[in-house]
Amino acid sequence: MSAADWQRIDRLPNIYCAGCGNGSVINCTLAAVEEMGWTRENTVFISGIGCSSRAPGYILTDSLHTTHGRALAFATGVKLANPALNVVVFTGDGDLAAIGGNHFIHACRRNVDMTAICMNNQIYGMTGGQGSPTTPRGAISTTTPYGSAEPVFDLAELAVAAGANHVARWTSYHVKELMAAIATGLQTPGFSLVEVMTQCPTNYGRRNRLRQVSDMIEHLRTHALLVQKRDRLIREGKPIPEGMFVVGELVRRHRPAMGVRA
Amino acid sequence: MRHEVRFSGFGGQGIILSVVVLGRAAALYDGKHAVQTQVYGPEARGGASMGQVIIDDEPILFPEVTDPDIFVIMSQQGFLKYGQDAPPDAVMLIDSGLVHASPGCRCYGIPATEEAKTTLGRDIVANIVMLGALVAVTGLVSREAIEKAVLDSVPKGTEALNVRALKRGFELGEGVI
Amino acid sequence: MSRMEFMQGNTACAEGALAAGCTFFGGYPITPSTEVAEHMALKLPKRGGVFIQMEDEIASIAAAIGASWTGARAMTATSGPGFSLMMENIGYAVMTETPCVIVNIQRGGPSTGQPTRAAQGDMLQCRFGSHGDYGIIAVCPASVQEMFDLTAEAFNLADRYRVPAFVMSDEIVGHMRERVMLADTVETTPRRPLSPGRLPFEPGEDGVPGFPEFGRGHAAHVTGLTHDERGYPDATDHAAHEKLVRRLYQKIESARREIADYEVTNPDAEVVFVTYGPPARTVWQVMHDLSDPAIGHLRLRLVWPFPEFALAAFPDAKVFLMPELNMGQISREVERHVDVPVVSLPKLGGELHTPAELKRALEVHR
Repeated sequence: MSAADWQRIDRLPNIYCAGCGNGSVINCTLAAVEEMGWTRENTVFISGIGCSSRAPGYILTDSLHTTHGRALAFATGVKLANPALNVVVFTGDGDLAAIGGNHFIHACRRNVDMTAICMNNQIYGMTGGQGSPTTPRGAISTTTPYGSAEPVFDLAELAVAAGANHVARWTSYHVKELMAAIATGLQTPGFSLVEVMTQCPTNYGRRNRLRQVSDMIEHLRTHALLVQKRDRLIREGKPIPEGMFVVGELVRRHRPAMGVRA
Repeated sequence: MRHEVRFSGFGGQGIILSVVVLGRAAALYDGKHAVQTQVYGPEARGGASMGQVIIDDEPILFPEVTDPDIFVIMSQQGFLKYGQDAPPDAVMLIDSGLVHASPGCRCYGIPATEEAKTTLGRDIVANIVMLGALVAVTGLVSREAIEKAVLDSVPKGTEALNVRALKRGFELGEGVI
Repeated sequence: MSRMEFMQGNTACAEGALAAGCTFFGGYPITPSTEVAEHMALKLPKRGGVFIQMEDEIASIAAAIGASWTGARAMTATSGPGFSLMMENIGYAVMTETPCVIVNIQRGGPSTGQPTRAAQGDMLQCRFGSHGDYGIIAVCPASVQEMFDLTAEAFNLADRYRVPAFVMSDEIVGHMRERVMLADTVETTPRRPLSPGRLPFEPGEDGVPGFPEFGRGHAAHVTGLTHDERGYPDATDHAAHEKLVRRLYQKIESARREIADYEVTNPDAEVVFVTYGPPARTVWQVMHDLSDPAIGHLRLRLVWPFPEFALAAFPDAKVFLMPELNMGQISREVERHVDVPVVSLPKLGGELHTPAELKRALEVHR
């Protein structure tokens, strides 16, 4: 099989806007799943609500498109009831960080054997561009018309603190690294979070002087700080540049996990 | 004949266990019918604990206690809260070392806690002594049934102690009637 | 091998679930339902099942729904505040036709209310609490034995109709201890699997689709959005929505004679009590004490879908009396279906109507 064999051809075209980053994330995920040798019969995609969460509807496996923020709780039931199934969750920043925040930290703590891929476009895309817990300070959205005044959630660091066995963050620009990180997540027993900073030209870029897709991707590329570089800056006592986010593998460990296939 | 039995004492005396054991004896070993209920409060320990059980030869339709006719009282607070309004035709057993009361009904003093502490060496079985006395005084369930129900319900390794407590209760009950 | 026990209603509920083959429980502690979860926590792991305490009731029912898609008989148990939290995902279970059992040991509300006292205040919430139009099934036990029997039956009904089934009990029956006969296994009607060549949401003649269990190659897409028979979202087409919602409603309503479970006493009576849950026991006591054939009793073991045809079992009825532990939630339903007066006898605060209270009501209304 190739990645294309995993797609529901009869559901094309998909709902994503031109220039959306979600397609790259789905493709990287399917390539990683394919690399694992998983089959369409033993793989389940689960999601909540939002642009990201429409992804399972385009994949030719069993899939649960659930309620807003609750995907990880549904996924916990699927995985514990049948550990033979491989479980992958697609989620977004509104889904995971806001309404689903509590389920997120407990999924990390339980370390249930699944991989959650968070498409973090820093905005509520499907509802038309409202601010989310990851909308950067100062950024314009329909609910932050004077610029967001709130600090952002660092989802990857939260997952590390809450106990997930594998946590990585990349961007939709870093396609190869992203695919490798997802593959590592799929391989690691326990909970894996792969956060992907991705572009939403329609509802984020348009209001934040990043109208072109290329501008958005360039923005993601130039604001990504490799974890090794961050650590070096810390060692040297140098400041971390303002507005940067860390990319790379933040943790890979073998804490006790639940739902691991015997 | 429907009997409504009310046990009261302080949390930790095994009040609830006592009513459950009594109900179990009636329902499983004496071919009678029983419904056990209790009062749930937010306190986990202390306070006035209260449990009730209805015992009847016929199936029990209305399951709530409205007019208890048999009282077992093991604390002063329990008496004040759940015992002092006992009707004149009721029967009451009080732990005579812990409760000072003269209710307006037939009342028997059983030194259950003192007996449990001195003769049996463990005050924790005072409730079983009271159960034994209750069965001897009222004949509510058979002695065989209550013994089986006690054995079902007590922790492993304490069976002999509890049977001794029960039998001591029978003797104390016989002594007051 | 069956065995006789003297146990609490909540424990008997858990035993009924186990006898019915429940293998997954997701729950969250809440008075007065917690003993259901505690007993499942004790028993399920030893039987190869899964017990998980989730972070809240929203997650509890989500986990149960997820487990159900792997083919497991799955349940959760809660009380008022947790039940309110579950409402969104109950709608999801309805829309996705996910069989699951939800136990509500009702307590006094609104809000935190009376955690340790009984009520029947969630009867309409159970029927209508999630947004949109739909149908569900709800049973109401009146004894510890019925906690066992009706919980087991709820699993059969949930599987048969691909719908959430509710055990709408209360603190009185949940916490009382009585003698109960525990059958090791009970009669089970397994979930009808998806037939080859059928679509995952293509209904049979009874309006119920076969179940496309995960992991069997069906590639079933399950969504809470309005969907077609393939399961694909079709969230803007009015005809698709009307067809789906009418089917979700009708598959339950049109089967209500088949689903119904009730007892009729003294069908020639002129004054008739209608009860569900423990108020039935006060009526039994009154009828035993008075032994009067002019007093009738319709006792519902199953309230939803409402068996309005059962009211016709009392053709001479001049008045229906409805003792409920709420402000008259089901008396409204009875009123819709009869031409004679329906007298609501509400009782709040956690105690049953006493026999004396209902005898007084009889004197006033007969």
